[in-house]
Amino acid sequence: MRIKQHPVLTSIVKKEVEFTFEGKTYKGYEGEPIAAALHVNGVRVLRHDHRPRGFFCAIGNCSSCLMEVDGEPNVRVCVEELREGMVIKMQEGKGKLKGGEA
Amino acid sequence: MFKKTGVATKNMVEEKLPSKEIREKGPYAIFECFQEIPCNPCSTVCKSNAVKDFENINNIPEVDCENCTGCALCVSICPGLACFVIDETYSDNEVLIKLPYEFLPLPEVNSIVDALDREGRVVGKAKVLKVQDNKKLDHTNIITISVPKEIFLDVRNIGLEEK
Amino acid sequence: MLHTEIAIIGGGPAGMCAAIAAAGQGARVTLFDRGKKLGGQLVKQTHRFFGSEKEYAGIRGIDIAKILCDEVEKNKLIDVKTDTTILAIYNDGVITYEEGKNYKRITSEKTIIATGASEKMLLFENNDLPGVYGAGAVQTLMNEHGIVPGNKVLMIGAGNIGLIVSYQLMQAGVKVEAIIDASPNIGGYLVHASKVKRLGVPILTSHTIKRALGKESVEGAVICELDEKWQPVSGTEKELDVDVICLAVGLSPQSELLRHTGCEVKYVPGLGGYVPMRDGNLQTTVNGIYVAGDTAEVEEASSAMVEGTIAGLSAAESLGYGKNISELKKSFISDLDSLRSGAVGEKIRSGIQKLGC
Repeated sequence: MRIKQHPVLTSIVKKEVEFTFEGKTYKGYEGEPIAAALHVNGVRVLRHDHRPRGFFCAIGNCSSCLMEVDGEPNVRVCVEELREGMVIKMQEGKGKLKGGEA
Repeated sequence: MFKKTGVATKNMVEEKLPSKEIREKGPYAIFECFQEIPCNPCSTVCKSNAVKDFENINNIPEVDCENCTGCALCVSICPGLACFVIDETYSDNEVLIKLPYEFLPLPEVNSIVDALDREGRVVGKAKVLKVQDNKKLDHTNIITISVPKEIFLDVRNIGLEEK
Repeated sequence: MLHTEIAIIGGGPAGMCAAIAAAGQGARVTLFDRGKKLGGQLVKQTHRFFGSEKEYAGIRGIDIAKILCDEVEKNKLIDVKTDTTILAIYNDGVITYEEGKNYKRITSEKTIIATGASEKMLLFENNDLPGVYGAGAVQTLMNEHGIVPGNKVLMIGAGNIGLIVSYQLMQAGVKVEAIIDASPNIGGYLVHASKVKRLGVPILTSHTIKRALGKESVEGAVICELDEKWQPVSGTEKELDVDVICLAVGLSPQSELLRHTGCEVKYVPGLGGYVPMRDGNLQTTVNGIYVAGDTAEVEEASSAMVEGTIAGLSAAESLGYGKNISELKKSFISDLDSLRSGAVGEKIRSGIQKLGC
């Protein structure tokens, strides 16, 4: 859920973009972290490594949030900015390198 | 106990009250600041010289209520939101309180809201007399309320219906 | 290869103040930050800061970030490189880094490391479930991106961060079910505790979390009481209906780059973990490598700013810049001493004493 009114912060109007997650289309704001856009859409599980994993630090420290973005695995989605048309997939374990073997 | 709860006891608060003469004279500030922390904006912001100069920045502020005009500059600048202004001379049965408020929505002037104590419990009703939210206050708005005399030492927050 | 006089790594409060101080004396500075913009963790601190006017007391962290960023940007002697991650610091003065997707090199005469700290984890069953977030992550989501982390939060830790983030959650319209802390006393400033208590948030000291509930993500939490020996009291387990568990159990200095330079570090729990030995100029045991802020010891942002200034002045002085720098530096050192001189500074004072410098 997005904060509608805040006693201290003033919101800046951002551009809405579309992206897909696991084949389904979602909407988010351009430039916000992918993890934030997913969170607002109710997606908290970002990766499976025997167990479900989400983000933890949200500033690119901990690597808990690695996902596959536009075919590239191990992207830290807590700091990777959302762009129009991004194809985002849940990552299994270490992920598969583009065109190579796991 | 205070270190476990974060809630000041009645004794602690009463010790911060100024003399009877000052209380009967008009508005005064009360600083519910009981722990030595490195902080002094209350002293630097005060234009009436009512907050004694700090020898060490960790000192607990001392209010010289003789000089205090009840302007409430300290109420909005205090990072701990620990400053309040009290006016016991407001009316025969009611006391006026100025408190810091950083939530939305803001209460409406003349509305009746819940009067909350230091633990957020409803202890009565308060009437909203004034809402100051000008830009200078930088979102630490000052709400002026009146409450029944019996509860003025307990009331430190307000609750709006929706909450 | 590019060259700079002073390389500063980390654009948070310490790094920005170091850059302003050094450039103020005439030194050419390159300020690196891996984020898209400067500010470090200041950019999500919506509360007013403690300290004195010199450290911008009474002003909100988000606004202090703006003041410092503006000052950095208008100073022509400071070259800012954001979206840049330092990869290595070699002992011949070469620093390699990734700027965007490009690999680059620069040499520096002096280097100030101000890389901050990272959040600590806590051991409990299911602590890896999505919905268990660091307090800083909750702030980022909420105060930078305007998104609430969930509906009902259990806050673990009643230090300043736990108390402040709880208050900020309430401001964003999120319910904080409880703040728990294993310690018998509240660790944070009591004015912060009073602020959240006034909102009706329970603070349970001598309590810990036993486990998070839920299969795919957090659906609840089990907490219990601790006795005087910090052992769980049987029969006190209680289930809380929460969808977010927020951890505010302390920070560890991010000392990877520091240690990479070969400087001597020491484990001092009161300072947050492994911290570098340093002299009064904040120079480490490696000549020309300085340190400032949470990397040096986990403390308030106000102290980090003063430390940054001291490190910046020291580095500029060692390059021969400025007149009377030592006088100026003395005044900042005395400001820092005075910030730490009270009861709440005891942990830092004795920690620094343990460092033996």
